[in-house]
Amino acid sequence: MTTTDPSATAPPQIRAKRRVGDAVFANTARGSGILILAILAGVAAFLLIQSFDSLSANTANFFTTTDWHANVRENPAFGVAALAFGTVLAAAIALVIATPISIGIALFIVYYAPRRIAAVLGYIVDLLAAIPSVVYGLWGIGFLVFEMQGFYELLTDYLGWIPLFAGPVSTTGRTMLSAGIVLAVMILPIITAMSRDVFKQVPQGHQEAALAMGATRWEMIRMAVLPFGRPGVIGGAMLGLGRALGETMAVAMILSPSLVISPFLLQSGNQTIAAHIALQYPEATGYGVSALIAAGLVLFAITLVVNMGARFVVARRKEFS
Amino acid sequence: MAKRIDVSGLHVYYGDFLAVEDVSMTIEPRSVTAFIGSSGCGKSTFLRTLNRMHEVTPGARVDGKVMLDDMDIYGPDVDPVEVRREVGMVFQKANPFPTMSIYDNVIAGAKLNNKRMSKAKADDLVERSLRGANLWEEVKDRLNKPGAGLSGGQQQRLCIARATAVEPSVLLMDEPCSALDPISTLAIEDLIHKLKEEYTIVIVTHNMQQAARVSDRTAFFNLAGTGKPGRLIEMGETNKIFTKPDEQETENYITGRFG
Repeated sequence: MTTTDPSATAPPQIRAKRRVGDAVFANTARGSGILILAILAGVAAFLLIQSFDSLSANTANFFTTTDWHANVRENPAFGVAALAFGTVLAAAIALVIATPISIGIALFIVYYAPRRIAAVLGYIVDLLAAIPSVVYGLWGIGFLVFEMQGFYELLTDYLGWIPLFAGPVSTTGRTMLSAGIVLAVMILPIITAMSRDVFKQVPQGHQEAALAMGATRWEMIRMAVLPFGRPGVIGGAMLGLGRALGETMAVAMILSPSLVISPFLLQSGNQTIAAHIALQYPEATGYGVSALIAAGLVLFAITLVVNMGARFVVARRKEFS
Repeated sequence: MAKRIDVSGLHVYYGDFLAVEDVSMTIEPRSVTAFIGSSGCGKSTFLRTLNRMHEVTPGARVDGKVMLDDMDIYGPDVDPVEVRREVGMVFQKANPFPTMSIYDNVIAGAKLNNKRMSKAKADDLVERSLRGANLWEEVKDRLNKPGAGLSGGQQQRLCIARATAVEPSVLLMDEPCSALDPISTLAIEDLIHKLKEEYTIVIVTHNMQQAARVSDRTAFFNLAGTGKPGRLIEMGETNKIFTKPDEQETENYITGRFG
């Protein structure tokens, strides 16, 4: 622009006055944005480079093999199939349990509870998010697995014909369902907080429009609140899913791991990527570390795909929002 | 099936604060009644008590009697949900549901009463309501597009179609044109003329010309003073109110000497 000939016929450019404060702020903001991309690219590059060794030496198909023989100096044979399955399964259980409960809590806080109770309840839900995951792990293995035993028996007695709940129930209770329930409690606060915030923003006009045509409170919620809040709820669920996918400590403590692909939630078996990495890393030798990093790469990819999927779902009905 | 509204001795409170004091009036069926008065004089508040929408505001309550033909809408076992199906409402800001198409907006309320409406019946109701709101010709080719994509005036007519699709007997309008341009306002006023053949219409407006144009009877509300409750000063034939009102206060207001 500075080289433009002033006698050219183009109309003179109107230029905003440059102020130091604006420039500093704009560049700081731009720098932060770029930094995020750089970190993401750096992590991806690290995972790719570090896993290359073991992946190129792997004698088994990485994506279809369930076994993990990586702690050797030559001819490792390992695959991520069982781990990826376990990861997705645990997170899916957590999401299926936590999402409806979270929506319920959020609706109660915003639309049903007296103001004072709503404030206290909101505070308590936020507190749930502050509990460290190792404590959840302790609670899961020291309490939940025993208390749930009876419920699991009932489940298999009445719903055993669904393969998910087929018996025999694991005597230790350290099963996929226990891990999923603990994960659900852990992601509850995130989904609740996001849902609550978006429900609070539903325009008064939409609510009154529904009520004025003779909608009951529940009909008003279905007509005006839930459609308006949907993107926020999905966003919250995806944040929760992200946490559930990557959650390590609680799952490592609760699940009794075995590298199989098992759809039976009430029997021991399965393992997640994150817990596997945490448990295996201290004793990894040979190709072991590189193989675990390859597993980490898969986790990274799964999380990325899930998030992109969520964005797609949220964006799809943009015309209507 | 327009119905008569009979209000006697109505007081409206927000918590301990008396907002509207001792209103008694009769609103005739198949006519347009306009409420005029300065901002904050309680006319909107009073309007909302006619279908119990004021109950949405925490702490709001009334004392007195409102009869809709022979139904006491504040009777002990009257459900506000039932009242609102009889007495529909159109708001100042057009508020079509943003996530719904034009079609779904129109039948949203009607579907509450009749969950298993057949497709043919629903199509018919949508067309009838949109024709009734003078909107059919403009939107018939894009019924599945979002209602929020219409212009402000079209959105307001969509809201009127949505309210009439429930088949109420009374239609309350809370400053329905105050956010619209003159052309859209004219379209709504034409519509009000047409609607009064079937409904009892009550309209709150800040625009006195509008009140003079559309209404048969006019009620003037005013505050007794700052912090005092709003009162009904005078009600009568619109012609009379705007030419030779009984009260000096009314005359001052319509001639622009205050307010």
